[in-house]
Amino acid sequence: MKVKDARGMALELKPHVDAAIRAHGAETYPNECCGAMIGRDGVVTDTLALPNMTDEGPRRRFKVTPNDYRAAEKRAGELGAELLGFYHSHPDHPARPSQYDLDHAWPFFSYVIVSVRDGVSGDMTSWRLREDRSAFDEEDLNKGRP
Amino acid sequence: MPNTIHIPTPLRPFTDKNESVEVNGGTVGELLADLTQKYTGLRKHLYTDDGRLRNFVNVYLNDEDIRYLQKESTPVKPGDALSIVPSVAGGAPTAPADRVGAGLQTGPHAAGAVELSPEEIKRYSRHLIMPEVGMDGQKKLKAGSVLCIGAGGLGSPAAMYLAAAGVGRIGIVDFDVVDYSNLQRQLLHGTSDVGRSKLASAKDRLLELNPNITVDTYETTVTSENALDLFRDYDVILDGTDNFPTRYLVNDACVLTGKPNAYGSIFRFEGQASVFATKEGPCYRCLYPEPPPPGLVPSCAEGGVLGILPGIIGVIQGTEAIKLILGIGEPLIGRFLIYDALKMRFRELKLRKDPDCPVCGTHPTVTKLIDYEQFCGIRPEPAAHTTGAGASVNSANSWETTSVELKKRLDAGDDVFILDVREPNEYQICRIPGSVLIPLGELPRRYAELPADKDIVAHCKMGGRSAKATEFLQSVGFKRVKNLRGGILDWIDKVDPSQPKY
Repeated sequence: MKVKDARGMALELKPHVDAAIRAHGAETYPNECCGAMIGRDGVVTDTLALPNMTDEGPRRRFKVTPNDYRAAEKRAGELGAELLGFYHSHPDHPARPSQYDLDHAWPFFSYVIVSVRDGVSGDMTSWRLREDRSAFDEEDLNKGRP
Repeated sequence: MPNTIHIPTPLRPFTDKNESVEVNGGTVGELLADLTQKYTGLRKHLYTDDGRLRNFVNVYLNDEDIRYLQKESTPVKPGDALSIVPSVAGGAPTAPADRVGAGLQTGPHAAGAVELSPEEIKRYSRHLIMPEVGMDGQKKLKAGSVLCIGAGGLGSPAAMYLAAAGVGRIGIVDFDVVDYSNLQRQLLHGTSDVGRSKLASAKDRLLELNPNITVDTYETTVTSENALDLFRDYDVILDGTDNFPTRYLVNDACVLTGKPNAYGSIFRFEGQASVFATKEGPCYRCLYPEPPPPGLVPSCAEGGVLGILPGIIGVIQGTEAIKLILGIGEPLIGRFLIYDALKMRFRELKLRKDPDCPVCGTHPTVTKLIDYEQFCGIRPEPAAHTTGAGASVNSANSWETTSVELKKRLDAGDDVFILDVREPNEYQICRIPGSVLIPLGELPRRYAELPADKDIVAHCKMGGRSAKATEFLQSVGFKRVKNLRGGILDWIDKVDPSQPKY
């Protein structure tokens, strides 16, 4: 069964969202930050910064607990919007997904990664899990934005 | 009567956009089976290929995680509601091979997921049959990387076992050449390697043990300039250094790059090991904020080391590196292991992270790498040294002399008193003719035996202990005392190659 997502392979971050993700990544450097992205039709209008609850060392890992996940979904509902995905930072590493990211990915979510080097945010990319879970595909990020 | 299952956002495209679905069954497992039968696309996201619930899929029965109930065999009653709740997790790559996205451009199979060849599956069979390692763990090892600082006593056993265990990338930093005196404990190198670069013989040895790995060599010393760049690409740093400036440098660079330091050190019959610089745990500076005064703690070259000792300590460091990569067991974090080979006893000290630690504390004052030679109080090399053996007497500084100068003076018939401050067993191996032995430790009560009206040249093996002796003698009033730079080893190199070096 092929399941297609209506919004296609593109994500747009409102400028304040883009800024909030970068600021969060810089703030938690050298640790990873994470948060939820809320919006509609492939446009992220709100973020929800979440605590990084990994027990494997926050410099290389992030984890959102089930309770925080539920809070994010609830928040999206309250805003009359949807949970579109999650963002996280890669301190001193490129904005490309790791094997660990792939192993833990959910379908249809957008995974935005911001690279933070020496405390300064750089490249930002967005990724979607391939349907057979074999890989991530990069989606257009902010292509439509003026 | 059916039960409902709450479906999270990312799985709703599989359930015709429904937030909840009605399913039938007597246990949690049966409800999930009914769900995936109705919506087959869900299966691969909820279950692994071998039919286990994925570890980032949480299933709640009402408000309880089924992991704390009876898992999938938890019985359900009418009216019970099931929720599938995602754990969202991810992280930066741990190794170059781990960069999934980077491989995407090269084709459908470049998922970056490391695979094991049939030969590797045979090779690692004793790992693969242990559930704590298994295929997943072996792939972690293959995607993992360890940087060994030094290919000496500690680096040898550590790197050899890491290579054999299948750690995918081993980096080695060293700049030395193999010497006969290394062979008593540095098993990376053999007799035929004497005179070769340690990196060359180490690489040959490791690839002979396991050709499936990558060995990256760096012919350099670790410096404040290159450490951060070197460390960044590795998962674990394995400190096998034998001097304090490098030890502090490695520690600080580990803290600054967020890399765990599998630490070990050895001296005579005693070894120490710990894991420093993890986020939660202490670092080397929490234990020793300040280095000891130079010369106080002798090196292995001066104090000796039981050759088999680094075999134990290096293997402990390697064990910790493997555990860290696999994420299993209790790492040696916050614990300081002390091993006494003569008593054959291990002791363990508890270490705490120091909130006032200058590098890993809450308000660090060391935020970039510093000059560690200076931090450890080691005098910078005088410029006169670079002018070489032909330097005139006038160019030598006031408290040092060289082998060549000393030889000239002796040949010219000058009456120079040569003081050897080594230990008697060292004196038996080689000596400068006419020298008098007073070990450094005995000097404070025996300095009256020295002539006050003669030029004195103090020497030891390499110049460290005799620098202390020179300083001491000057402090008690000897004006005409100088240290022999480079010790008897330099004397043998430049003046008397007939004597054995040790």
